Amino acid sequence: MTLYMLNFSLMMVGMYALIVKRHIVKKILGIAIMEYAVNHFLILIGFKKAGVAPILTKDMDLATFIQTAVDPLPQALVLTSIVIGLGTLALMVAIAIRLYERYGTFDMHEINRLRG
Amino acid sequence: MDKHTGMTLIVKMITQVMIGFLLVFGAYIVLYGHITPGGGFPGGVMIALAYILLTLAYGRKVVESKISGVAASIVDDLGALLFWLVGIIGLYIGGRYFYNFLGKGEPFNIFSAGTIIISNIGITLKVGMSLYAIFLALAILQRVVTEEEPKEEGE
Amino acid sequence: MENLIILHILLVFMIIGAIITIEIRNMLSAVIAVGAVGFMLSVQFLFLGAPDIAITQVIVEILSLIILIRATINVDNVAIERKEEIIFSNRITLIFIGVILIFAWTAFHALPTFGEPSMRVSQFYLIHGLQEVGATNFVTSVILDFRAYDTFGEAVVLFTSISGAFAILRRWKKEQHKDFLRIDREH
Repeated sequence: MTLYMLNFSLMMVGMYALIVKRHIVKKILGIAIMEYAVNHFLILIGFKKAGVAPILTKDMDLATFIQTAVDPLPQALVLTSIVIGLGTLALMVAIAIRLYERYGTFDMHEINRLRG
Repeated sequence: MDKHTGMTLIVKMITQVMIGFLLVFGAYIVLYGHITPGGGFPGGVMIALAYILLTLAYGRKVVESKISGVAASIVDDLGALLFWLVGIIGLYIGGRYFYNFLGKGEPFNIFSAGTIIISNIGITLKVGMSLYAIFLALAILQRVVTEEEPKEEGE
Repeated sequence: MENLIILHILLVFMIIGAIITIEIRNMLSAVIAVGAVGFMLSVQFLFLGAPDIAITQVIVEILSLIILIRATINVDNVAIERKEEIIFSNRITLIFIGVILIFAWTAFHALPTFGEPSMRVSQFYLIHGLQEVGATNFVTSVILDFRAYDTFGEAVVLFTSISGAFAILRRWKKEQHKDFLRIDREH
């Protein structure tokens, strides 16, 4: 329970950066922090007390392995989601660099004013 | 040209030593992905990182003469096609999308688990080359933004 | 049990790192602080029994650090802040975040308690995985056999985001001599 709440407050730190900060790169960092929190939360849900990693080695018995292994399904989904996060990060950085090239600033309010 | 681009001699020498280990470790992570931790996604990112290290140490021109951005994009698309083809062949043979149409083999053997190894290779090409190409694009743009340096003529 | 204490300590450090990230004025320091948060996250994955994800997180973290440093290294390095208007929006946002945290506290009671997951689907994968797929890494067998269609969808998402980045970064007519995507094999 405490772990869930700490994890959720980490996500809220990212949310705060996303809402309040005016620098575009700070907003991107906020999105990255929220992504970390979500991935970590999914892995926390699948954890089993005194569990082993879901990888069978040669000296393991299959029946006890099935009893003690942690949940492989959230791990599989998070594994792809991390790489997707890298792709979207590259997309966001590309947009930010283009905006800087066009308006000469990273400030969101300033960009809004210049457009208007 | 070699002397004036990229970083200092120390970085270049260490890159020369390390680059082989990086590529071999990436290939190991991919090929043993169904037995030990790893798989196509981390292996692909590791291979992309090897090329990025080469780019950072030697400058863009040297690396682009080996594998250009266009070639990286083409390899990326080929990887995606390979992954898609595995699914389509499974559909025709077994009646289900991504049906595992190859033999299961012995566990703990490298040639086990049927189509997983082919899918891993496809994902590796896709992830690695697309990330390398996006790094090249970002690097070019960054240089243009900061200073409009005079363009070099030819080689 | 010491496992759980380590998890708590690492999470508190991650929160401190995140707060440093969003409050520090130098942008390069902010990027490096978010890198520290990511590396602590990968250590946590190792303690939670997920070596696959720990490897992926470390490698992806290095690459995203490189990309973010490319974004901030040469342009103006100081965060933009104006004091007078920011205090008002600060307070309102903090109040909302407090309300959301209170609701989350009640909502988390509906989840399975930590350490006892409900593995209704995963039990099937664990029991039948070895004889139906033959891979001993069950995460890989879920990714590429049982749920390969999901993975294909995620590959499509990656392809779309990379294509979008290319479309944004490409040069249009005027400056086409620097175009990276144009096929020029003549010289």
